[in-house]
Amino acid sequence: MAIALIVVPLLLALVALAIPSNRLRPWLVPLGGAAHLALVIYALTEARVSGLGGWLVLDGVARLVLALTSVLFFLSAVYARGYLALYPHRSNRVFCACMLAFVAMLTLIAEAQHLGLMWVAMETTTLTSAPMLYFQRTPLSLEATWKYLLIGSVGIALALLGSLFLGYAALRGGLDPSLLLDDLIRDAPRLSRPWLRSAFIILFVGYGTKMGLAPMHSWKPDAYGEAPGLVGTLLAGGLTNCAFLAILRFYKICSAAGDPRFAEELMIVTGLFSMGVAGVFMARQKDFKRMLAYSSVEHMGILVLGVGIGGAGIFGAMLHMLNNGLTKGVLFLSAANIHRAYGSKTTDEVRGALHRLPVSGALLLAGFFAITGSPPFGPFLSEFTILNAAISGAHYVIATLFLLMLVVIFTGMGATVLTVVQGKPSPKAEATTFRDDFSTVAPGIVLIGLVLMLGIYIPGPVDGLIRDAAAALETKP
Amino acid sequence: MLDALLVTVLLLNFFVLGTSRLRAVINATALQGVLLGVLAILVHHEFSARPVLIAVGAALIKGVAIPWLLLRAMRDVAIRREVEPFIGYIPSLFAGAVATGLAIVFAGTLPLAEQHVGSLLVPGSLATVLTGFIVLTTRRKAITQVAGYLILENGIFIMGLTLVEAIPFLVEVGVLLDLLVGIFIMGIMIYQINREFASLDTDRLSHLRE
Repeated sequence: MAIALIVVPLLLALVALAIPSNRLRPWLVPLGGAAHLALVIYALTEARVSGLGGWLVLDGVARLVLALTSVLFFLSAVYARGYLALYPHRSNRVFCACMLAFVAMLTLIAEAQHLGLMWVAMETTTLTSAPMLYFQRTPLSLEATWKYLLIGSVGIALALLGSLFLGYAALRGGLDPSLLLDDLIRDAPRLSRPWLRSAFIILFVGYGTKMGLAPMHSWKPDAYGEAPGLVGTLLAGGLTNCAFLAILRFYKICSAAGDPRFAEELMIVTGLFSMGVAGVFMARQKDFKRMLAYSSVEHMGILVLGVGIGGAGIFGAMLHMLNNGLTKGVLFLSAANIHRAYGSKTTDEVRGALHRLPVSGALLLAGFFAITGSPPFGPFLSEFTILNAAISGAHYVIATLFLLMLVVIFTGMGATVLTVVQGKPSPKAEATTFRDDFSTVAPGIVLIGLVLMLGIYIPGPVDGLIRDAAAALETKP
Repeated sequence: MLDALLVTVLLLNFFVLGTSRLRAVINATALQGVLLGVLAILVHHEFSARPVLIAVGAALIKGVAIPWLLLRAMRDVAIRREVEPFIGYIPSLFAGAVATGLAIVFAGTLPLAEQHVGSLLVPGSLATVLTGFIVLTTRRKAITQVAGYLILENGIFIMGLTLVEAIPFLVEVGVLLDLLVGIFIMGIMIYQINREFASLDTDRLSHLRE
């Protein structure tokens, strides 16, 4: 089962490489997405999913991450079919294969219990996403892809160094060096403390680069700004959460070693700093896709902040991961439609999206209200939970800063989004042929429905997933 | 013997920091890759097939395949020299010396396992990683930046030599393959950058900013 989850999309990626028809090939992607989603749902009903002699195990937080990834991937895949049909004369062979291989690697990150294996999967996601970023073949997307590839590779190289430091912490502690998660957590109290701390810092910087936490976020606005919207969705809702999962695993080793404090402080400071950076750069941001990138920096900050605060904050962070991932899908996919209809992504030229593309415009507006924490959408609930945890933990300074930055970001993002959706579109924009159709708006509608549902009522199984994930992270005294 | 090789690796770091000829930079990283292969065999006390396989694989990928990819990219885009790095060669040599010193001090503050006390493995690894960083951040040409990334990876490979028992075969192979494919994709990108911008200066890649 654990192996099938990875092998099925990988095999389909090979099939995608073999299919000669540019028109039929994109159908494989939603097919792969549906198969993956079905397998994930089946796997989540199983009590224990493991493979390769314990190297692959679907544990607490990974179940939640994988469920989210699979839902997002399926909906992006439906969108991808419609998207690729708009470019019938451009070969989508590499794009389709990379997309399927990408989800296989995300699954491998979620399941991998060996730090080396997790690392290999993470680096492979960088390599498979680079060709997807460069699909538009413009000079700007080339620049974005180069930065993404180089910064991502260096970040991930640091993560390898950190993993080795962790292994060395075991060696210095007089243990047989092992990079298996279970061994490290079991033997955590005997790990050499200086090596453990250095390892955590390097790993946090390394995987934090992939997650896009400030100040390691510099690739993000470029990559999200230039990538096709569905790739933005996969990065902002899938890859970044997998990197977060990796950081959580190292946090768990630190807390099992009886030394969670310094990791938590690092997460709180980085979290607040990321929100601050996002707030500054979102104010007067003309490019609405870059704005979404900064929103992603902000919400990655909120995730680590929630875990850093601890207690109910961990539950809040897990819920927020779900809310943010789904809402980012709404935002990126609707922004991509608007971008295409206007041939521009700056507020200088884009006006009146509600008039020009009623569904996509409405989705962008709803997504904006959702992501900035307005009730009754899901993110309101999770951000409120994190705020509550900060106050009840007597972190008044953190709570005040958190609230302040949410307000700043709301106004900054609001100015851009409202300019985009309101007003009258220019005659030039009216003249382009792109119109909303089923495959480009249906994924967004489903996603906003899910976000709304999470704000009003969390179904039992989903609640169970979130609680299990949070329970797996609680510090045991 | 081990330390003599590591000193050579460190000297190659300085050579890369001080030269402007791209071919020399690529050759130096290639030689570093081959030395790492030899190191990988030396750290094992008994001979068996697996470590030899990894060592030969690493030497072939880092010392032959990747330099070949880079030299080909260099020939395709017809450039030979790094021009005007962000900081000059003498200052970057100086920065390299400071970084190496810092690496030795930092490694000295960390408690080492007894088999590594007095060995250059840990400080050598950190110094090489830092050198890679300096090259990555101070050079303009895309090819030199890739070389910097390679030097960084070489440094990490040296750290990996302290933990040979903990890293399974599959993972070692995965790491090397990822590196190879990564450089391959970067090579394609270099070609595209040159075609698109008629230059390999990553300075030209500065349209995306606030």
